[in-house]
Amino acid sequence: MEWTDAAAADEARKGNQYAFRVLVERHSRSVFRLAFRMTGNEHDAEDLVQETFLRAYKQLHRFDNRSGFNTWLYRICANCSLDLIRMRKRRNEQAFSGDQFPVHWLDRVAAPGPSPERLMQSSQITGQVEAALKRLSETERLAFILRHYEGCDIEEIAEALGVQANAAKHSVFRAVQKLRRALEPALGVAAR
Amino acid sequence: MIHFEEEQFVQAYYGEVDEDSRRHLEECDDCRAEFVRLRDLLDSVRDYPVPERKASYGSDVWLRLAPHLNPEPPAAKSRPAWFRWWMLAPALATLVVIVFVAGIMTGERQTAISMRARERVLLMAMSDHLDRSQILLTELVHENPESAGLAAQREKARELLTENRLLRQSAVHMGDASDADVLDALERVLLDFANSSSASSSNKLQAIQQRIDNDALLFKVRISGADAREKGQKL
Repeated sequence: MEWTDAAAADEARKGNQYAFRVLVERHSRSVFRLAFRMTGNEHDAEDLVQETFLRAYKQLHRFDNRSGFNTWLYRICANCSLDLIRMRKRRNEQAFSGDQFPVHWLDRVAAPGPSPERLMQSSQITGQVEAALKRLSETERLAFILRHYEGCDIEEIAEALGVQANAAKHSVFRAVQKLRRALEPALGVAAR
Repeated sequence: MIHFEEEQFVQAYYGEVDEDSRRHLEECDDCRAEFVRLRDLLDSVRDYPVPERKASYGSDVWLRLAPHLNPEPPAAKSRPAWFRWWMLAPALATLVVIVFVAGIMTGERQTAISMRARERVLLMAMSDHLDRSQILLTELVHENPESAGLAAQREKARELLTENRLLRQSAVHMGDASDADVLDALERVLLDFANSSSASSSNKLQAIQQRIDNDALLFKVRISGADAREKGQKL
């Protein structure tokens, strides 16, 4: 019988490593998605996936079954991502500039095989999105990624950011506002 | 009439407005037009690629991780109640579209409408249906399993179920396996939830929430909806 996340987490807390393995195998991809969107770098994202599950294992006693396990992982991954980005900024190890992504991260992305038209439009849009996301602060970017791509609610985002709900809501709003200013003219042209 | 502030449009997109605001959005042409602009923009931003992982990715992560793990003692803590979500109303008169789609499937009538126009109608119906399903799924995912009243959501699930069956059959009929798979997974969740009783709602809702999570159903519905809208708009 297949474990639910809650049941697997319960078993893992008792020291059943197989149960934790089930959770890792089930949620690795979604954690990777968030990590990649936060860092814009595959290798960093892989490191973050590992770090997220390590922290999750250590903090299993803090997981409350009333929240989704993947939502809980997002919070951990978000914190790991911010740690990594801030660490990178301090060390100035890579081509981050301020809050920006590495310059050529899209070159490493392999999109699934769309039509040539879709590819062209998608490429244009993705390029515009990348440029717009570069202009967001870390907090705004994380808030937007969690809200827009991961479907987290304001309370969850607030927890991940370590701020009040109103501040989290404002971060999402600010992110959308900036993206809109940057993208609306460009997407209007692309759509014609 | 007081129009929406900019922040309210964002809240509306993410399903965070109350009934009064939702009603205003339905009734005010200016605000609805502005909302549609924002919705289209934010939907287009969803098309943001992430590198593919191998099928064995989960196992690979585990193999890297396992040597670093030590057992931890169990404990539990309570958490605050979940943020409450509100649904947006249907954006289109889907019933008319579904009747049209059903007409396409039966093939019993000759129509002057071209295949392209037919496909466009189907795609827009699909997009609208998945938008509303997404709202319901999002609400279910964030619903506290202990909460008692979910009658309105069950009623919405029943409505969506009828549409979903027709759209799934249409997708199969037109050879779109990807959309058919998403609609099939969605249908099973809708069916389970629509048929669940309030007495068994806590465990049932938890199981449904788990299934939505495990199947990444919300994500798939969101992507399929955005894809359908994009394709429909291009036709």
